[in-house]
Amino acid sequence: MAGLVGYGAYVPRKRIRTEEIARQWGKNPETIKRGLLLQEKSVPGFDEDTITISVAAGRAALTRAGIDPQKVGALYIGSESHPYAVKPSGTVTAEALGIGPEVHIADFEFACKAGTEAMFVALGLVEAGRVEYAMGIGADTSQGAPDDALEFSASAGGAAFIFGADDLIAEVIEAYSYTSDTPDFWRREGEFYPRHGGRFTGEPAYFKHVLAASRGILEKTGLKAEDFAYAVFHMPNGKFPMSAGKQLGFKIEQLETGWVVPTMGNTYSGSSPTGLAAILDVAKPNDLILITSFGSGAGSDSFVLKATKRLPKVQGLAPTVRSMLDGPRHYVTYGEYAKFREKMIVNE
Amino acid sequence: MPSPRYTREIPSRYRLEAGRCKGCDKVAYPARRVCPSCRGKEIQMVNLTPKGKVVTSTVIHVPPDDFLMEAPYAMAIVETPEGARLMTQVVDCEPSTVLPGMDVSLEFRLIRKEGKGGILCYGHKAVPVF
Ligand SMILES: [Zn+2]
Repeated sequence: MAGLVGYGAYVPRKRIRTEEIARQWGKNPETIKRGLLLQEKSVPGFDEDTITISVAAGRAALTRAGIDPQKVGALYIGSESHPYAVKPSGTVTAEALGIGPEVHIADFEFACKAGTEAMFVALGLVEAGRVEYAMGIGADTSQGAPDDALEFSASAGGAAFIFGADDLIAEVIEAYSYTSDTPDFWRREGEFYPRHGGRFTGEPAYFKHVLAASRGILEKTGLKAEDFAYAVFHMPNGKFPMSAGKQLGFKIEQLETGWVVPTMGNTYSGSSPTGLAAILDVAKPNDLILITSFGSGAGSDSFVLKATKRLPKVQGLAPTVRSMLDGPRHYVTYGEYAKFREKMIVNE
Repeated sequence: MPSPRYTREIPSRYRLEAGRCKGCDKVAYPARRVCPSCRGKEIQMVNLTPKGKVVTSTVIHVPPDDFLMEAPYAMAIVETPEGARLMTQVVDCEPSTVLPGMDVSLEFRLIRKEGKGGILCYGHKAVPVF
């Protein structure tokens, strides 16, 4: 059976508080904090992008896996903020990780679910026996338009997962995907910021696909909510994943470990993958884990994983997600944030 | 850093590849064909451990054009456990707090953009270890 042999995550150290963004636009921070359950979010520096986040997460994953990078036969990065429009992020990332040149590389894109897409395909190649190891990464440095609700959530971070067939830290019991044409959120070529369909993004988009994919994989595996130790759902804000989890019968104790959004923000393609990494940081042998992503457009990928007795041996080999979220942080003002995110126009 | 030179430097910039002299064990970064200490010509490639200590540092207030938005920022000479020294920016901290003896890790970062439409140049920068 195929599964995970290594995982790693990265969250930038810069942060901006909800109060600071609210102050800029004359909004009441308490309304936002209560409504969206967001306290602060990560902010990438000038020198951090999808590629550097992928390298940091990928290095941690290789350290935990303890494998020769040359044996990684496929590397896929899912993101909606690839630094180049033409030239795959995977080329730079593989070179930095010591992977290749005998490697298959592609960048994936599907709004916030590009990361789990990369994982889905990496898993499939290992199951098919085409490659010995395959790496799937979800990473983003997402942008929200100034004074848009997304500005409170769009953040930076990511996670990398190495799939293999032996010495697993978690078996993949099942994978499932659910997709339909839903215009809830988009960005046309050449536009700087994405647009969204306001209230249309909730029920007909997020909840429809997250619930359908989760119910689909539960039916396929014959498992029930109470069988799981942990579950994580895509986190566009604090409220949606908790609400989806409860509708599926999960309790708060199963959801809070992977619920990293209140202090990380929404890392788009890195969102549910980083939540999964936070779960793997603490999971015990035989724990069942459910992850369901969501990407606007729209679709969801679900995986059911089962931790093995090898997992506790690798957890401490690289930084945990919580150590990065709660560790050294540097808070920026809105002015600095606008500078870092290149929202200011300056003379060349 | 025009593109062809950047491309040649990828192994040392991306993976911290250095050269260890088989004669005297001196590690030079980037690797040289001839050992700077004993002139030995047998050099073995090694990857530097991505951490080190600040040997000396300064704060740049008037930077080159490509780094205008980043000033003020700290530059330092960092020595890795192998004894190799490299000059890097020290980021994710107050520049004035970067002093000799500071423990740092070396992280993969975007160094600069070749103008508005050119390539992106990556490498390593130092980050304080708390
Ligand atoms: Zn020598």
